[in-house]
Amino acid sequence: MTAAATKSPPQPPGLARETVLGRLRPRRNPWRHPWFLEGFTWIYLIWSLVPVALAVLFSFNNGKSQSVWQGFSWRWYYADPVNSVLHNPDLHAAVVQTIRLSVYVTLITVPLGVAFALGINRWRGPVAATFNFTMILSFVIPELIFGVATFFVFTRLFTTVGLGSLAEILALVTWNVSWPALIVQARLATLGRQYEEAAADLGATPWQVTYRVMMRLLTPAIFASAVLVFSGVVDDFVLVDLLSSNSGNTPMSVYIYSQQRGGNGGPALNALGTIMLAMTFVVAIIGYIAYRWLTRGERGSQIDALTTIAGNEG
Amino acid sequence: MTSAAGRPPNRNQHRLFWAALAAPGIIWLAVLFIVPFYAILAIAGGQLDIFGNPVAVWNPLHWSGTNFTAAWHDLVGASAFVGPILLRTLVYVALASLISLLIAYPAAYFVARFAGRRKALFLILLIAPFWISYMMRMLAWIDLLQTDGYVNKVLSSLHLISQPVDWLGGMSITVVLGLVYGYIPYLILVLYAGLDRIDPALIEAGRDLGLGRVRTFVRVTLPLSRQPILTGMLITVLPMLGDYFTNQLLSGTTGTTMFGNVIDDQLTSSGGVLEGQGAVFALLFLLVLTAPMIYYVVATNRSSRVAT
Repeated sequence: MTAAATKSPPQPPGLARETVLGRLRPRRNPWRHPWFLEGFTWIYLIWSLVPVALAVLFSFNNGKSQSVWQGFSWRWYYADPVNSVLHNPDLHAAVVQTIRLSVYVTLITVPLGVAFALGINRWRGPVAATFNFTMILSFVIPELIFGVATFFVFTRLFTTVGLGSLAEILALVTWNVSWPALIVQARLATLGRQYEEAAADLGATPWQVTYRVMMRLLTPAIFASAVLVFSGVVDDFVLVDLLSSNSGNTPMSVYIYSQQRGGNGGPALNALGTIMLAMTFVVAIIGYIAYRWLTRGERGSQIDALTTIAGNEG
Repeated sequence: MTSAAGRPPNRNQHRLFWAALAAPGIIWLAVLFIVPFYAILAIAGGQLDIFGNPVAVWNPLHWSGTNFTAAWHDLVGASAFVGPILLRTLVYVALASLISLLIAYPAAYFVARFAGRRKALFLILLIAPFWISYMMRMLAWIDLLQTDGYVNKVLSSLHLISQPVDWLGGMSITVVLGLVYGYIPYLILVLYAGLDRIDPALIEAGRDLGLGRVRTFVRVTLPLSRQPILTGMLITVLPMLGDYFTNQLLSGTTGTTMFGNVIDDQLTSSGGVLEGQGAVFALLFLLVLTAPMIYYVVATNRSSRVAT
């Protein structure tokens, strides 16, 4: 900001020209609403959301076409005795596997990441700094590289794990642990240390400080990160693609990919995608409401809650 | 302070407590993040057994260059096939990230600065794609781009095309736009957060001092948004470079193969024989990306320290 301020003085010639021109031109309100930008934003939003809305719509189509509407039906969800999500064993297994992975991974990742963030944040020292670095690195490293690494480690070193559900869970926990770790650390930074120092002055042990004070203050952050981990696992593709070994441990994203590549997999896939979408939306809405409720006494707004739930605090 | 309670705090004991709290996470990251990368090294530096399958060698003193030589022959020489793919990947990613930025920046700028009371609504719509699975979003476009899909229907009703275009038959533009569509939500969120933090008073000052809209933007807003643009580009470019599924879904022909496909094929479609070369390429990929990744980590660290 100072850069911009110091840069403006050596500008008189340009400025003079501007003002002369400004006098010649009819005066326009300099703070008028930018209709062009607003229109652009709406076009972007339509482009980004309408295709998905159509895909959801056609998952309810009473026919195989994805461009001709033939009436509403639940055919691809459960009514069709062969090709519906309920009755096709592979589709069914994919739904179950996604739910299983997202629940297990969330349950392991969130406590692991929260404890890690608290410990790293207070411990300080070379080991803590190194692993904080490692954690942020795991956040930014391309998933394909990490996928290759886990593929090799589970097929060559930890061969008892092998490929399959356990490998998927272990890899996904590692991949997602940076969410709670980053969000909790950001929350710790905004909280400051006065609460825990007050508690310590009143004679609380570190364990009591953590359990009775910090955990209560961190609940919103923990909630937000749980939502992010859950939906991250539902959405994940690369890791589970490399680590799944049969239809019993293939989640929805990989199933859609394997059926869709090089051809049209049919409306049952739209139904599968719609189920994924419903899962993440429900979790996001619950997370948003819970976050708002947990932070109800604080300054801050709807907007903060929205951006935090979408992972914009770390 | 605690001397009043007659119990001086035992600093070492406290440190032990925090270390114990961090320990599970540290062990987890060491075993399941650091060791796997060593596994890549062990495969890349490993030997081939008599069937030509790569064997991991865990002792660095016994590493050999077999896989590196093989990977080198993939890159240059008579049987090289990776070169053009690498070039194509760079072109696709450069185009896709540039288009993403050109679309994402104005939209994020509008929502951050001008949305006013409708900000929450815009933000919900902006964030919504973030919650829709990548596969579902690709599926949506596959539906639209079928030869009898809506894109062709709309274009032919406007008389822009005389016969249906085979959008999914291996067109580069489809893949590039697919990448844009896939990764733009992440970029837009980072940009929004960064632009929202710019103090409007600075922009108003620029205007009050006589700069026009465009010049205020160029001299004030743009320099202030350099950091979010950089982080946002990193967060989209890094995964785009490792993308191997978008082109498979939207084209599936060898004409649009990207670098990620090379690694993926060597791991999953070669029956194990080419895994060693896959490891070398993953290593190479990691090496090239080390600098931008470290930049990102340092920037993240710095901004979180500023927050404290």
